[in-house]
Amino acid sequence: MKLRWIGQGALLVLGLIAPYFVYPVFLMKALCFALFACAFNLLLGYTGLLSFGHAAFFGTAGYVTGYAVKVMGLSPGLGILAGTLAAVLLGFIFGNLVIRRQGIYFAMITLALAQLMYFVFLESSFTGGEDGIQGIPRGRLLWVINLENDLKLYYVVFAIFIFGFLLIRRTVHSPFGQVLKAIRENESRALSLGYDVNKYKTLAFILSAGLAGLAGSTKAIVFTFVTLTDADWHTSGDVVLMTLLGGMGTVFGPIVGAFSIVTLQNRLADKVGSFVTVIMGAMFILCVLLFRRGIVGELGALYHRVIGDRQF
Amino acid sequence: MKEIFGIPTAALFGQLVLGLVNGCFYAILSLGLSIIFGMLNIINFAHGAMYMMGAVFTWIALTQFSIGYWWSLLLVPLVIGIIGVLIERTLLRPLYKLDNLYGLLLTFGLALVIEGLFRYCYGVSGLPYSIPESFQGALNLGFMFLPKYRAWVVVASLMVCISTWLVIERTPLGAFLRAGTENSRLVQAFGINVPAMITITYGVGVGLAGLAGVLAAPATQISPLMGSNLIIVVFAVVVIGGMSSILGSIVTGLGLGLIEGMTKVFYSQASDTVVFFIMAVVLLVRPAGLFGKER
Repeated sequence: MKLRWIGQGALLVLGLIAPYFVYPVFLMKALCFALFACAFNLLLGYTGLLSFGHAAFFGTAGYVTGYAVKVMGLSPGLGILAGTLAAVLLGFIFGNLVIRRQGIYFAMITLALAQLMYFVFLESSFTGGEDGIQGIPRGRLLWVINLENDLKLYYVVFAIFIFGFLLIRRTVHSPFGQVLKAIRENESRALSLGYDVNKYKTLAFILSAGLAGLAGSTKAIVFTFVTLTDADWHTSGDVVLMTLLGGMGTVFGPIVGAFSIVTLQNRLADKVGSFVTVIMGAMFILCVLLFRRGIVGELGALYHRVIGDRQF
Repeated sequence: MKEIFGIPTAALFGQLVLGLVNGCFYAILSLGLSIIFGMLNIINFAHGAMYMMGAVFTWIALTQFSIGYWWSLLLVPLVIGIIGVLIERTLLRPLYKLDNLYGLLLTFGLALVIEGLFRYCYGVSGLPYSIPESFQGALNLGFMFLPKYRAWVVVASLMVCISTWLVIERTPLGAFLRAGTENSRLVQAFGINVPAMITITYGVGVGLAGLAGVLAAPATQISPLMGSNLIIVVFAVVVIGGMSSILGSIVTGLGLGLIEGMTKVFYSQASDTVVFFIMAVVLLVRPAGLFGKER
């Protein structure tokens, strides 16, 4: 328990001083994906549901935010709110559909529904098709904070991330979260204990979708554009890999995974080009075969082996 | 020129045949997915990549080794099958005792590796492959011109599907397979080499995907990206049909191909999404799938 508090304190300090050492836009991108991965982890790590279509929420929220801010002239704060609500709504619809099938079908259905959204965005006029929505003004938050300034925007993004992170943590440690874990461990048992399993799963799905949307909306403001890439199945795959690599079902795992993958993509993209896909795929295979607990999970297990035994 | 609902019949039937050709690929791929899932309890995400490899290998065989279409039709599925056997032995075998999500994740990684490698080597632009000489031209059926190659793809695919169905339903080997799908430990206790059967099943399953790739080579654009777009549609097909019935997968695949073709004629904007919409409706009306059994 103590270790967790030290970890969170260190992370907070690190987050506050980081933009003075590292390029803020890179940090903001990593934070957006970290929030995205944390939201995804709520579903995979704590409820045991593998969604292969989370890019749909990420992308939908981004498009709605982009459209609201650029075309309708809303302030960025309202834009992010609108995008997040759109993702919640989509999560509600998808959640009620996908809950009808179990196990491995869950992954296939989410993937197919996300592909449906991808084609809708490709064909629709408001999304700008292949070009996406470009030149979204960052504007001012609450009329005061000028988001054109990278440093100020960074602290806003950091605050959004902390909000999302704490919300997920709170959820996981609440009675609701305990039921989710019970469903992950043994669904029929949870059902026999009188819990409406489908209701819990749908709620977790909506919450996860909404937070993924929050991440997507924020990313749209940070980068001032939204493209089809945000709704592509590769993005869904990226977030799965981030969570798997960092450690699913751990609090910090998705953050570690997101920062690792975003760093890797930034470093490698100009050196090896499309070969990045091969490296990502190989990492998937290695994670599944060699360390399924992920970086944080393995470190935690190591800690318990070394320190945990010494106490007795 | 005759018309139906204001659409020239030739255009309508042309699109229907094209839809049927696509439906054949859906049928072969979902058939392979179902067989593999039945025996391995794994959803093979790399199935689309295997289909793509089938098409690209056909192109390589012709351009590098001047091996023609007919030999490719025989050799390429064999090569893909052998690759599948190697993958099953090395990568998939350690996963059987785990949750079947890991199988999906691993084969997803595998699909990324294969697609990435081919994209790295051959780019994303289409590779040309001409229709074999004996199938050039079209048949005049009176109401439409039927391109001979498309007719061949439909006939060949149906032959493949029906013979696979016959092998599974009517031969001793198929009986072992069905029994293994039902309860593999009991079958093993009867002295049947289940691990070998699993290996063969995966090899044959991906070999079928490779065969579909060879058939697709002259009919579509050969590109390293052709598999990943298809596999997601095939997932929807599998959800619609349910994976417990072999015949069900074949019928669903063909039917959805036809519906997609029809959509292209009457409302082309929706042609990419219609299968996913149907999936959503089926989930609402009959969650287990059209041919699936509630468990």
